[in-house]
Amino acid sequence: MIRNLLIFILILTSQIAISQRFKSSQSSVMFYSDAPMEDIKAVNESATSLIDLGKKAIVIVVPIKSFEFQKKLMQEHFNENYLESDKYPNATFKGKIIDWSGNEGVSEASAQGTLEIHGVSQDVSLSGEINFQNNKLNISTTFTIRLEDYDIKIPKALFYNIAEEVEVTAKFEYKPYEKNN
Amino acid sequence: MRKTISLILLLCTTGLLAQDELLEILESEQADEKGYVSATFKGTRVINGHSIETRTNGVLEFIISHRFGTINSGYDEFYGLDFSTIRLGLEYGLTDNLNIGIGRSSFDKSVDFFAKYRFIRQSKSSPITATAFTSMVRKTIDELGLEGTDRNAYTAQLLIARKFSSNFSLQVAPTLIQRNLVATAQDDNLLMAIGIGARYKVTNRIAIVSEYYPQLSDKSDQFQNSFAVGVDIETGGHVFQLHFTNAVQMNERGFIGETTDDFWDGDIHYGFNITRVFDLRPNKS
Repeated sequence: MIRNLLIFILILTSQIAISQRFKSSQSSVMFYSDAPMEDIKAVNESATSLIDLGKKAIVIVVPIKSFEFQKKLMQEHFNENYLESDKYPNATFKGKIIDWSGNEGVSEASAQGTLEIHGVSQDVSLSGEINFQNNKLNISTTFTIRLEDYDIKIPKALFYNIAEEVEVTAKFEYKPYEKNN
Repeated sequence: MRKTISLILLLCTTGLLAQDELLEILESEQADEKGYVSATFKGTRVINGHSIETRTNGVLEFIISHRFGTINSGYDEFYGLDFSTIRLGLEYGLTDNLNIGIGRSSFDKSVDFFAKYRFIRQSKSSPITATAFTSMVRKTIDELGLEGTDRNAYTAQLLIARKFSSNFSLQVAPTLIQRNLVATAQDDNLLMAIGIGARYKVTNRIAIVSEYYPQLSDKSDQFQNSFAVGVDIETGGHVFQLHFTNAVQMNERGFIGETTDDFWDGDIHYGFNITRVFDLRPNKS
């Protein structure tokens, strides 16, 4: 019994001990869609992310309304008609970092988890690069989203021709996370 | 054995919990944005009257509006389609909140100028959006024998709207119109009215809209209160507004004060507004 308890405490404390959290201090999430009529591009610098190095866990929250388009009306349509940001204000990713040693330096890695956009969750694997140096962490990834997978409908007779796939590029810079800052 | 299983279980659950816990932290720390409400109405018009919406900085909007004859005029008039009045308008966003515009109507060859300024935006700190509107309408037609400033009328409106949910918006518009010359002695020169407009979104791109402008000041029996009901259909850079109304004029003086047909008697006109926007100054990002 006591041995059980000891093991239990050991596990708990060890997890706390190796729980090193990093929070994003800067971010950029950009998507790009190559369409016949006009290319559509939007940038979001309000996304936030947390990484727990001990548990290799990563989460990202992207507020949909913070995507900045060149054309304000396009931005309104994006929020109102496509992403329905009143109903689904955030896109989120939560997952585990795999194929990464945790050593300092630049290395390839990937994260496996759940991407939720427009209220629809999909299991995805994102691959990218991690740069871990001097207690600072940078990650970058590029991946493709099929709008259909997230129930984002494009009307057939539309004046903006929107591609069915968009390319997303995300970059995050992290600093060690302290709870009360 | 049991110990190992419980250990593995414990590890697994904490692994899952880690992500959810991190997500909770992030969501609670999310920057408290102002949360401005957008698209209370889809167009700068509810139907005949202006909505609280303004076009943003550098956006030019071209509005083509038609009102046909009454649909109860029979086959000879092709149910109203043989007759039409038209207004062509251009509106421009000087800033995100300040718009100016000009329009030309075929009815009485009227020219109108307006300015509108949105001074309160619905957000986390304000329950409503409010826009001040002023316009001048001048009838340039000669057949009516109008002279000088008798041709003119001036409008001041306070547009107050709230988007109650992503589907439902309501607007109230206290209105004053100073007419320099009125039809009869029974008609007050200073017209007072309260406009009520509503929008209900049926799908992401289709909404039902309605608008009513009861007059509070004295008017002669020939004039009716303007009523309209319609559908907004939105496709990318266009908004199509299709509607049924008893008004044939498309400026404030005209549809609020000079509507003569009675909607409830069946004197209903089919009409539409089509808008196209042009971004003249897209912000560089």
